[in-house]
Amino acid sequence: MDFDDTRNQAAFRRSARSWLEAHAEPRAPGDPGPGNMPESVDAADVAAAKAWQQKKAGAGWACIGWPVEYGGRGATPIEEVIWAEEEARFRTPPDLMIDGHRTCAPTVMAHGSSEQKQRWLPAMLSGGEIWCQLYSEPSAGSDLAGLRTAAVRDGDTWVVNGQKVWTSHAQYSDWGLLLARHDPGVPKHAGLTCFVVDMHAPGVDVRPLRQITGGHGFNEVFLDNVRVPDDCRLGGVGEGWRVAITSLMNERSASLGDGGVDQVRDLLRFMKTVALENRPAIEDPALRERWADFHARARGVELTGKRTLTALSRGETPGPEMSLMKLVSGRLLQEVAHFAMDLTGASGGLAGDALTSSGVDWAAQYLGAAGLRIAGGTDEVLRNIIAERVLDLPREVRADKDIAFKDIPAG
Amino acid sequence: MNFDFSDDQKLLRQAVRRYLEAHAPLSLCREALESGQGVSRALWEGAAELGWLGAAIPEAYGGGGFGRLALAVIAEELGRCLAPVPFSSSVCLATEALLLAGSGAQKERYLPGLAQGRCTGTFAFAETPGQSGLDSVRARVEDGRLTGRKRLVLDGGLADFAVVVALDSGRPVLVLADLSGPAVQRRPLASFDPSRPQAELRFLEAPVEGLGGGDSAAPLIERLLDGAAVLMAMEQLGGAARALEITRDFAVQRHAFGRPIGGFQAIKHRLADRWCDVELARSNAWYGAWALAQGSVDELREAACLARIAGCDAFTGMSEDMVEIHGGIGFTWEADCHLFYRRARLLSAALGNAAFWKRRLADRMARDAA
Repeated sequence: MDFDDTRNQAAFRRSARSWLEAHAEPRAPGDPGPGNMPESVDAADVAAAKAWQQKKAGAGWACIGWPVEYGGRGATPIEEVIWAEEEARFRTPPDLMIDGHRTCAPTVMAHGSSEQKQRWLPAMLSGGEIWCQLYSEPSAGSDLAGLRTAAVRDGDTWVVNGQKVWTSHAQYSDWGLLLARHDPGVPKHAGLTCFVVDMHAPGVDVRPLRQITGGHGFNEVFLDNVRVPDDCRLGGVGEGWRVAITSLMNERSASLGDGGVDQVRDLLRFMKTVALENRPAIEDPALRERWADFHARARGVELTGKRTLTALSRGETPGPEMSLMKLVSGRLLQEVAHFAMDLTGASGGLAGDALTSSGVDWAAQYLGAAGLRIAGGTDEVLRNIIAERVLDLPREVRADKDIAFKDIPAG
Repeated sequence: MNFDFSDDQKLLRQAVRRYLEAHAPLSLCREALESGQGVSRALWEGAAELGWLGAAIPEAYGGGGFGRLALAVIAEELGRCLAPVPFSSSVCLATEALLLAGSGAQKERYLPGLAQGRCTGTFAFAETPGQSGLDSVRARVEDGRLTGRKRLVLDGGLADFAVVVALDSGRPVLVLADLSGPAVQRRPLASFDPSRPQAELRFLEAPVEGLGGGDSAAPLIERLLDGAAVLMAMEQLGGAARALEITRDFAVQRHAFGRPIGGFQAIKHRLADRWCDVELARSNAWYGAWALAQGSVDELREAACLARIAGCDAFTGMSEDMVEIHGGIGFTWEADCHLFYRRARLLSAALGNAAFWKRRLADRMARDAA
C-alpha cells in the first residue's frame, strides 16, 4: 500500500504542473474550482472558457485521454486524474464543456462513423464548439427510456418534435446529443434512436429554467419541426438506448469528487467562530461528535476514490463504487450545510453569508446540495444500481416490458 | 497510487479464509457462547500453529515478522467468522504493548509464548462505567505493587497476564501484572456476547513491573489504543461484510407476496445503504492499517478514529438490519443473526465506543487545524 505516484506518474505530474505554472495563476483560497458553475453564465464566461480550452489544445493538454487522431494524447485514466488534480490548483474559467468532453465525446467515439468523428471531435477538443445532452424530458427523468420526443423520417432527414428539460449548457451550445423516439409501436427501449442536433437550426428554442438557487444553470429546449439530416444520426435506427447508456456511464464517472472533505473542513473552522451558549460550537461534545461523523464519512468517500484510482492505474475498469461516492456525498453535503445553518440559531433562516464571517455561503450550499442528490441519477436510482449490479438482487418488476410504447399507461 | 493489499497479503487472506471456513463455522461461535467457555481452544491452537498470533512479532522473538498489514488481514478474517478467540485482547493489545514498549528482557520472556499461544495477555484500562479517558483511572502502583479495580477486561478470566493502566505518583503508567497470583481476584461478568467473555479484575497489592519508561505513559497508551482501534475496525469490517452477505442471500431466497423479498425496494435500498457503510468502513480501515504499518503516528491519530467510527457504524447498522430483514426467524435463538448482533455490540463497546472516538477525532483535528 502506498499513496505515492509511480515514477512515470510523478514525471507526468511535473510536466503538467510546469505548463500550468507558465500559463495560469495559482488558485487562491476561496476561488471557485473548475467544477463550480457560476449561477449564470454570460458571454464573457463563454469566451474565457473557449480561450482556455484553445490554449490547452494548442499545447496538447486538452482532453488528454482522447486518442491522438482526434487531438488527444492517449493518456491513461490515471494521467487524466493527475491532470485534473493539477489543473484544479490553478485559477481557470468554469468548465462549460464538461458534458461534451466527458459524456458526448466518448459516445461519438464509441458509436460514430469515422466521418462523424472527424467532423465533431477535433472542434469539440479545441473549444471551437460546445455540446450539451438532450436527454431528460418533463415525463422522462429517472425513467429516461420513457421519453416522447418524436423523430419521424422524411427522406434523408428526420423531423424532430418534442421538449427536453434540465439541459445544462444548452444556451451556449453548438450541438446537442439527442435521444428521440422513432417508433412508438415497439417496446420502449427498442423505439429509440440517437441524433446530433445543430442547436442553431430553425425550430430549436432554448429557454432558461430558474433553479431553486435562483441561478440559471440549465434550460428547457423546445424542438419544433427541427430537421436533422440522416448523416447526423449516431448509431443505427433503434440502437438509441445502447448509445445513450455509453454516455450515462461516463456521466457518473464524471461526477467523481473528493466526497465533501473540503466542506467538512470549512465546517470545522466555522464551528470555532460561531458561539453557542457562550462558547464556540466546537467545544460542545455533542456537536463535536456530529462533526466527526461528517468527517469520517467524507474521508471514507475520499479514500474509496483512492481505491478507484488504484483500479484505474492498473488498467482495470472501476466498479459501481462511483455510485457509492455520489450517493453518500450528495446526502452528506446537504446535512453539513443544514447543520452549519442550524448552528446560527434563528439566523439559520437567512440567506447569504453576510451573517457569518466564514466566507462560506452555507445557504447557497444547502440549496445546491439538494440538486446533487438528483443530477446524474437520483439517490433511488443509485441504490437500485448498487442493489442490482453489486448485490445481484432481483431487478425491478417492469410494468412496461414487451408492450408497445404507445400502449404503456402514462400520467 | 496503490491503495490495496499486496499479492502476498492477498494470498495470506485466501489461506486464512480457507482455514477458517473449514475450522471456524458459525457453529463454533455458537458453541463458545452456549457452553459458557467463551473460547475455542482448538481454534486458538490452530491460529498459533499457522503463525497468526505472532504475525507482527519479529522472528527474533519467535514470530513471523509479517508486519501489521498481515495482522490487519487476519483480524478481518477472524471478524468474518465471529471467531471465539482472544485475538483482539492478546494479539492486538497485550502483544502490541510489548512490541511498542517492552524491554529486551520482557520481550524475550513474553513474546515467544504469545506467538505460540502458550500464554495469553489482555489489556486492563476502564474502571468507571461511562468513562473511557485517562482521567478516570484510579488504580495505583506503589513500590511495585498494584491496587485497584479494573472493570470490563476482555478475556480477563482466561488471560495469563494483563497490561494495566495505572497511576504511579499521579502520573499514568503501564504495568505488566501476572494474573495467576493470589493478589488478583477475577470475577466473570455477564457479557452481551458470551463468545467474547469479559471479567472484572481486582488487584490487591499485586506485584507488577513497569512497561516502558519515560515521564508519562499517556502518549504510549494513546498509540496503543490507536493501533488496536484499527485492528478492531478490521474485525468489525469482516463481521459487517459477512452479515451483509448472509442477509443478501436470505433476501434472495425468502419469498413473500410471490416474489423474493430482496426484489422489494424497501429491502434493496436498505441493503444498498448498508453496502455503502461497509465500503466506507473498508476504505477507512485500510487507511488505518496503512498508517499503522507505516509507523506514522501523525497519520494514525486521524486514521484510527476514522477506522473505528466507520467500523462501529457499519457493523452495528448491518447487524440490526440483519435481524430485522430476517423477520421472525431472525429473532430466534437458532438463527445466527443474534451472534452478529451480539458481537457487533460488544466490539462497539470495547476500546471506547464510537462517541469516544468521535470526540477524539474532533479534538485532534481541531488542534491540528489551529
